Amino acid sequence: MPSNSDTPLKTYLDHLARGELAYQFSPAAGRAVFYPRVLCPFTGSDRLEWRISKGLGTVHATTVVHPAEGKPFNVALVDCDEGFRLMSRVEDIPPEQVRIGQRVRFRVHQPDGGEPPYPVFTPVRSA
Amino acid sequence: MEGLKRGGAAIVGVAESDLGQVADGLSVIDLMAQGTGRALDDCGLSLKDVDGLFSATTQARLSVLALAEYLGINPSFLGSTIVGGSSFEYHVAHAMGAIALGLCNVAVIAYGSTQRSVGRKQASVREVNPYETPFKPFLPSSAYALAASRHMHEFGTTREQLAAVAVAAREWALLNSAAWEKKPLTIDGVLSSRMVSYPFTVRDCCLVTDGGGAIVVTSAQRAKSLKKPPAYVLGCGQSVTHANISNMPDLTVTGALAAGKAAYKMARLGPSDVDAIELYDAFTINTILFLEDLGFCKKGEGGAFVSGGRIAPKGGLAVNTNGGGLSYCHPGMYGLFLLIEAVRQLRGECGARQVKDCQVALAHGNGGVLSSQATVILGTQATL
Repeated sequence: MPSNSDTPLKTYLDHLARGELAYQFSPAAGRAVFYPRVLCPFTGSDRLEWRISKGLGTVHATTVVHPAEGKPFNVALVDCDEGFRLMSRVEDIPPEQVRIGQRVRFRVHQPDGGEPPYPVFTPVRSA
Repeated sequence: MEGLKRGGAAIVGVAESDLGQVADGLSVIDLMAQGTGRALDDCGLSLKDVDGLFSATTQARLSVLALAEYLGINPSFLGSTIVGGSSFEYHVAHAMGAIALGLCNVAVIAYGSTQRSVGRKQASVREVNPYETPFKPFLPSSAYALAASRHMHEFGTTREQLAAVAVAAREWALLNSAAWEKKPLTIDGVLSSRMVSYPFTVRDCCLVTDGGGAIVVTSAQRAKSLKKPPAYVLGCGQSVTHANISNMPDLTVTGALAAGKAAYKMARLGPSDVDAIELYDAFTINTILFLEDLGFCKKGEGGAFVSGGRIAPKGGLAVNTNGGGLSYCHPGMYGLFLLIEAVRQLRGECGARQVKDCQVALAHGNGGVLSSQATVILGTQATL
């Protein structure tokens, strides 16, 4: 049993701090669960295992946000190969060049000012 | 919906409060009360008849209590379901159920917002979601933009087709003296406006106005003896698929599919029976998604369907006849205005924008980020 201090979010962030993109797997449902939670949304089971993603995925949807001040930036939904989707950002290319279907790889972004780390993605260079 | 009787209740009174930019310092409860007074006048009932009260707003925590106090009434049935802009379509079904069970007989459903006057950030405080907030999506626009990107990718929908929705809404708005927007709009005008969240420019996004209103719902029996022809509730349906856009099961298929199916089943009607279609157009993609999911065209064909003025006045299909959230008004949660317009079309009160021989009207509400979908099908006496 997890201790009282191990919330789904805390476990997720602890993994990110170690450079890992963690997700849950529901043995009862036989599929990935994301975002992390205390109950499997497919079966109602409270048995959820933590797993570490290989960090490879595909862009499912993409937009470029044009803020009132500052440069435009990307917001994307990424489908990880293990079968879960998350919101993120594709970096290292201009935001308008992010394409649906593009293969991407995870890396940790550590914001300035003590904010928690979060997962971003970069394009996988095709061989 | 199972358990509700087709035509068992009717909307008998409708009214907007002040719209656009309201008097400085007017509160959301002031607007709800103003709408209530006008809607009661519209049907010839008075506050002492009201024994059911419903409201939803992002600007008052216990709004239905504040409204009951303000109106000086002690209703036996209260409802404050709040699921975003579609809350009021949910309220109609809930009021209908309460009336059928004898929990109340005359229900007022009210809304108010001063988001233009106080600013969107003040009017609707965003919650922090640790799995989305770090990426700074401009919500709700970016969530709908992500859905639009998927529709464009899968079906080849274009920005010009999205723009056609905004242009049609504007043409309807020019026929409605209550509409906020007063000038014509072109496809190029939409495309060349300020980009907000690709593929949306500011003209693909709903207005930011103040406003409110109320509707009065009562039993079919009581409705017969009131001032104006009743708009009978023929069908209701609802569906919730997610709360946050990263959890939407399929970005190109909304809960309108299930909500519409349930409403059509209860109404024993189909899309071809509907004369006036009022869809929650918070963004141009909404109209396309809902036309598809509610069966007015096939999935993926919505972009082509709205092109060439098909949903504009005289275009063949009467969609968002008041000018919609894109050009008429959009005070944060727009769902009540869909019902107001649907009722007015059924009564034949719409002047230059009146749909000829309008017997069946559909109001489809959307809440959150394509999250909560609710359909209400209304009809005249002739459809019972």
